[in-house]
Amino acid sequence: MSRHQYSGDALIEVLHTAQELFGFLSPPLLKTIAHKLRLPPSRVLGVASFYHFFSLKPKGEHTFTVCLGTACYVAGALGLIETLERRCCKAGHTTPDGKVSVETARCIGSCGLAPAVIYDGGVLARVSPQMLDRQLESIGVQ
Amino acid sequence: MTVEDLLEKQTEELERQKSLENRILCCTAAGCVSCGADGLRTAIASEIKTQGREGKVEVCGTGCMGMCSKGPLVLSAADRHLYGNATAADAPALVSPNPIDRQPLAARAIDLDAPFFTKQVKIVLANSGKVDPEKLADYIAAGGYQSLAKALNDLTPKETVAEVKKSGLRGRGGAGYPTGLKWELVAKQAAPLKYIVCNADEGDPGAFMDRSVLEGDPHRVLEGMAIAGYAVGAQQGYIYVRGEYGLAIQRLQTAIKQAEREHLLGSRVLEQGFQFRIDVRIGAGAFVCGEETALIASIEGKRGQPRQRPPYPPESGLWGAPTLINNVETFANIPTIIERGGEWFSSIGTATSKGTKVFALAGKIVNTGLIEVPMGATLREILFDIGGGIPGGQFKAAQTGGPSGGCIPEQFLDLPVDYESLARIGSIMGSGGLIVMDQTSCMVDVARFFMEFCMEESCGKCIPCRAGTVQMYDILRRITSGEAGVDDLEMLKSLCELLRETSLCGLGQTAPNPVLSTLKYFPQEYESHIRERRCPSGHCTMAPAGEEVVA
Repeated sequence: MSRHQYSGDALIEVLHTAQELFGFLSPPLLKTIAHKLRLPPSRVLGVASFYHFFSLKPKGEHTFTVCLGTACYVAGALGLIETLERRCCKAGHTTPDGKVSVETARCIGSCGLAPAVIYDGGVLARVSPQMLDRQLESIGVQ
Repeated sequence: MTVEDLLEKQTEELERQKSLENRILCCTAAGCVSCGADGLRTAIASEIKTQGREGKVEVCGTGCMGMCSKGPLVLSAADRHLYGNATAADAPALVSPNPIDRQPLAARAIDLDAPFFTKQVKIVLANSGKVDPEKLADYIAAGGYQSLAKALNDLTPKETVAEVKKSGLRGRGGAGYPTGLKWELVAKQAAPLKYIVCNADEGDPGAFMDRSVLEGDPHRVLEGMAIAGYAVGAQQGYIYVRGEYGLAIQRLQTAIKQAEREHLLGSRVLEQGFQFRIDVRIGAGAFVCGEETALIASIEGKRGQPRQRPPYPPESGLWGAPTLINNVETFANIPTIIERGGEWFSSIGTATSKGTKVFALAGKIVNTGLIEVPMGATLREILFDIGGGIPGGQFKAAQTGGPSGGCIPEQFLDLPVDYESLARIGSIMGSGGLIVMDQTSCMVDVARFFMEFCMEESCGKCIPCRAGTVQMYDILRRITSGEAGVDDLEMLKSLCELLRETSLCGLGQTAPNPVLSTLKYFPQEYESHIRERRCPSGHCTMAPAGEEVVA
């Protein structure tokens, strides 16, 4: 925060860094940020909840983000979501054991590789439900 | 760095490259990286050591080479051979001085004289796939920053604006506002502080042009912004990039640091009186932030909600100061316009749309990837000559402009593509996403997909958009699941009208476009969903027939 001179304008940058450090934005964390940047807590929560990129809940050990951009949609991204929802949990949630989070994204810009899935930060190209099955097995999901 | 240093550096780097026997260029754009380009590059680098060919052969990463469907791509520069689906196992053959060793790769060679390459005209992507985005020397060798030098030395700010005006360049973000006019508006304002903003919040699903430009040639965008800063009298620029584009952000930040170190940006640009700084601002995933007033709010650290216009950003933008907002591709055109002149640029394209346009080809098409064509090329040329046609299927529609655009049916395949012609048939140029659909895609479902997108991305500030998109989505959902009645269609049409007329910003105003264009060109699909409870393309799962549904 000192890099941004505790300026309220840098709120989004600060939230990015905070999420990188802590994995998600907890209520006490948001309160601290509000206090340090001299912003009302409502403004900080408002911004944090407005943008998809910020997560207010803790994430699982592994994250699958299924791209739902047009190209991926046309190429069968729904089938991938179905597989993940069947084997793990609903999109936007984390399994109760904290192992896997399933997310969706609007378009990750890898349309040439459709359908694409981001698995723990790396892009998987031309994904099939079978590929997901194998990936899930390798991390020990039944 | 002075102008003389710049020229000297260019000669020096060109000499160095000439002295090499071969340069092996690996595409390291996001597409190729995700299928193993990094491993390939490391393998080639270590192979050069093993074979003792240091100083003779070098390996470089480059920006997008275009044919993303065949990644990872690797180009052997000396003999101009491009290979697709390359793996680390190919490294020894690529490095070898003996061309016979490369024979086994011939099966995967990609013909550089194929229409995919020859039919393209590259301005924005001129360096993409040729220079290393992480090396400033590469960009300088390709003539980089000389346009900035030319503007600073030979042109007054007024002449710079005039040159851009003469070029006829129009905003590449989608709406197509004349760039020169916008620059003039900002230049005219008598304010002590002005800002340049580069809109790299590429939110359209199915579009990846801006990302590829930033990843492949970040210095070109920086140079374009610096020229804009000189022309309108701004000293600070911001690039607003989507948070999802990690690689682009990283390369931009590297590029800015390099340029500042060499005094190509910063307090004394090219050791002259002009100062210009650029900072990266990272977006956080909100489609509406592509709208200029929402983007400004987001840079200021607020929720990205648009506001009423006027006043337009050229009068009152970032922190109330005059602000010039242009898209990545627009800025990327600027160095070439200054270098070769506005007149040259305006000789390309159609009467109203000048220059070239970058398209991202995706969907049911053989060559998915990144292409650049002159304005006025027909869809047939783009999809069949360059794109290679539809694999094992029949063309049904092409979607341009993302959630604000429309679906173009087969009958318009020979229409020259420019801003006006696309608007006439109910679509828009948009930022350049081009998604091809074949007979397996249901057009009603496509409309539903985009409406769902707009519904979720609506910022919620104005009611027509917030409530209207929900209602329209609900009707479309019922149509695609076979629960809709005939009245619903009428309701849908009137909602389209309402949203278009009364929404605050572009998101709501253009949200009905996918619905309107599919209704216009594929009415029979809506009809059969409603009357026969049947999806002609077999995509939608319909409710059991025979059930009486009260509309």
